[in-house]
Amino acid sequence: MIRFKVNGQSRVFDGDPEMPLLWYLRDEAQMTGTKFGCGIGQCGCCTVLNNGKAARSCVTTMKDVENASVTTIEGLSKNGQHPVQKAWKQANVPQCGYCQSGQMMQAASLLAEKPKPTDQEIDAAMQGNICRCGTYQRIRQAIHIAAGVRA
Amino acid sequence: MNSIQKVSRRSFFEGIFSTGALILGAQVLPESLLAGDVDNATWHPSVYLGINPDGTVIALTHRSEMGTGIRTALPMVLADELEADWKHVRIEQGIGDKKYGDQNTDGSCSIRDFYTAFREAGASARLMLERAAAAKWNVPAAECKAQLHQVVHKSGKKLGYGELAALAAKQAVPQKAELKLKTPAEFRYIGKDVAITDMDAILTGKAVFGMDARVPGMVFASVQRSPVYGGTLVSFDDTEAKKVKGVSGTATIERFKAPHNFQALGGVAVIADSTWAAMQGRKKLQVKWDSGTHAGFDSAAYKDELLATARQPQKVMRAVGNVDAEFAKGGKTLDASYYVPLLSHAPMEPPVAVADFKNGKVTVWTCTQNPQAVQDTVAGAVGIKPEDVTCNVTLLGGGFGRKSKPDYAAEAAILSKQLGKPVKVVWSREDDIQHDFYHSTGGMYLKAAVGANGKPTAWLQRSVFPSIGSTFDDTAQYAMDLEMGLGWIDLPFDIANHQAENGPAKHHVRIGWMRSVANIYHAFAIHSFVDELAAAAGRDRVEYLLDLIGPGRKIDIKTTPPYWNHNQPQEKYPVDTARLRRVIEVAAEKSGWANKKPSKNRALGIAAHRSFLTYVATVVEIEIDDQGRLTIPEMHFAVDAGQIIHPERARAQMEGSGVFGTSIAMMGEITAKNGAIEQSNFNNYPVARMPEAPRQVHVHLIPSNELPAGIGEPGVPPVAPAITNAIFAATGKRIRELPVRKTKLV
Repeated sequence: MIRFKVNGQSRVFDGDPEMPLLWYLRDEAQMTGTKFGCGIGQCGCCTVLNNGKAARSCVTTMKDVENASVTTIEGLSKNGQHPVQKAWKQANVPQCGYCQSGQMMQAASLLAEKPKPTDQEIDAAMQGNICRCGTYQRIRQAIHIAAGVRA
Repeated sequence: MNSIQKVSRRSFFEGIFSTGALILGAQVLPESLLAGDVDNATWHPSVYLGINPDGTVIALTHRSEMGTGIRTALPMVLADELEADWKHVRIEQGIGDKKYGDQNTDGSCSIRDFYTAFREAGASARLMLERAAAAKWNVPAAECKAQLHQVVHKSGKKLGYGELAALAAKQAVPQKAELKLKTPAEFRYIGKDVAITDMDAILTGKAVFGMDARVPGMVFASVQRSPVYGGTLVSFDDTEAKKVKGVSGTATIERFKAPHNFQALGGVAVIADSTWAAMQGRKKLQVKWDSGTHAGFDSAAYKDELLATARQPQKVMRAVGNVDAEFAKGGKTLDASYYVPLLSHAPMEPPVAVADFKNGKVTVWTCTQNPQAVQDTVAGAVGIKPEDVTCNVTLLGGGFGRKSKPDYAAEAAILSKQLGKPVKVVWSREDDIQHDFYHSTGGMYLKAAVGANGKPTAWLQRSVFPSIGSTFDDTAQYAMDLEMGLGWIDLPFDIANHQAENGPAKHHVRIGWMRSVANIYHAFAIHSFVDELAAAAGRDRVEYLLDLIGPGRKIDIKTTPPYWNHNQPQEKYPVDTARLRRVIEVAAEKSGWANKKPSKNRALGIAAHRSFLTYVATVVEIEIDDQGRLTIPEMHFAVDAGQIIHPERARAQMEGSGVFGTSIAMMGEITAKNGAIEQSNFNNYPVARMPEAPRQVHVHLIPSNELPAGIGEPGVPPVAPAITNAIFAATGKRIRELPVRKTKLV
């Protein structure tokens, strides 16, 4: 029996401990904001916060989250009021939007660690998150905006 | 002929409109159909809007949203002519239905094909609302004017759209000649920036993509397909697969029958109670395939064949003057071969569909660019009529052309029919990359005879590539007209003798269309060769390019078969070199071309290309470090796409094109050995990530009231040659084969 929290809510899981968290979130908890993109930790679509730090939920197993506190895009804020979400809106970042949950979770993790990241720090932190529509320059801009909002 | 008819409420998408709604369906004849005869689309009513008694305006979008902003832009057009208040406009997604006209969201044509129709639908409703108010007040209609969701009489009295809706519905539908469309100065939304309608849903994880579709009682399927295109199932052992917890069984999908079209490839499906269990079960399947006729496909040998074919005389597709006579004079010539590999679309959301077969009818929920193709394909797959397939369209996690081809929906429907319950087929990334409808690989040969100033007196170009047509006709070996019209026979240069040819190539994989299609390899070859000629002449690239294009004029392209021109008459959308010159001049000016001289590790490159009826010039600035690592500090796009509906989304599309083009130029490559694709995921099919993408893309939109043209695709073609031309300027290395990563830059 694996006990953990998702967005502050206590959860219990007694299935395959090797199952990735991604599929628990999507198929069992029916929280579909976290996306499937590659299944091997290469694209970042499935990024969530595991105890506050960005993690690829497609390669994080259920046994890895025992006693952990997981935050998904649905729990990042109430009503989209996290500085990252507000900045994303201000910079009109999304095109198709599919990768953006993962991008925002990665950015939230970065800003928690480095409240005023440089361009180089942003590139280093965000390079695991692919956006095929090509919104990278707006993501970088939005992270700077969010850094300002937080200050 | 009156083009706008009131449609009966019953015939319409039930449940959207409340009682008493004014419903208009504009009868439009869409003027283009990408992929020519592929869809068999017929022309039907295509544009709908409704006004509820509470004043809510419902704009029904029949085109798919994959990131371009079309779900916002077309309703903006409608709302503008309607004089609606955007705050009271609700957008609904249309299901697949021929009555909407063409729904294939592809070919960058949603705005240009439906702009007028949406305007007329809005203007028509506005006039009916004004007439309804006039009747109610018993005053002349000329004294009533629609203004931001209400009709105002000259005396100052007002009635809201909601209050007028029922009365307006009783008005006769105006004749087209009675409509008074707005002047550009009167536009309220067109040309302004409006936040995309799905913004908040995307930012909070609530947006519903195909991957998120779920219906009660649904099971999950993961399908093992032949590693070689067209392979057939010999036998399989599912003993171990069935032991996986959550797996309920397996089912087979019959191999397609040629021609392929969009049929399911065929294979063995593992059925389970979750995506993960289905994927795990599939890993335990033991499957034997007969690889069939494409087992010998080796992409390296194939490349040599393409290039060898391109060096031989081929079918003439356009001839001006006499290139042979000019070459026979024995003057100075230059020639070069270029190559672009197979590419995979790789949208971030892999193909996925839910289908429910019940009582001889199928309901589908899927991320598709073409819901009517879903109807046709699913109907063919399970033996029912297309009108018995209901296709619900979700948001698309990227499309790029992949999601115009609904083989994945056919798989779900076939399985649902067999299992008697709704089935969700989820493609893994490996499935996506190994079983794509690939962007075609192209081999090109170019030759020029050059005069004293380095300007060509003769220009010969040959392209050889497996055609998209092979997906629809197994024997096809030559290009379709549309492929020849995508940046090949429409060469806009001022050269007395020039000739475009096309040679044959057999297909060994499914060939599809990917964002900007054949323009990708055509533009790479043409604009690389222009740079080579300019370099040989020692001339400035911008000055040379303008000289090559010649004076501003409209070029009449006379060919047999006729120049495709995106199914638009050349009188309406001519090849206008004045507009092409203008974007080059703007890109050069804005990028500081004249003042930035190339150095050993930093240089600029340029390419300019007309595609999707839009003119784009791209200037790329690259930097190469001591290890040969290339970065792109800046990219400039100057764009003339005629009237722009949503400038902010147009800029976003160009920014995205810069990144997409960078992926093509720098890293994209699909290869095959023994018929099987060698790449499988983003680790071995890399696409541009943040550090590799252009750091800053600057977009310069040319203000224009010309007819609207394409935005989603035309930014892509000039990017790769602009990058490789910049590499030459910095290093002296001429890249004639993509991707760049295969060449050491230092």
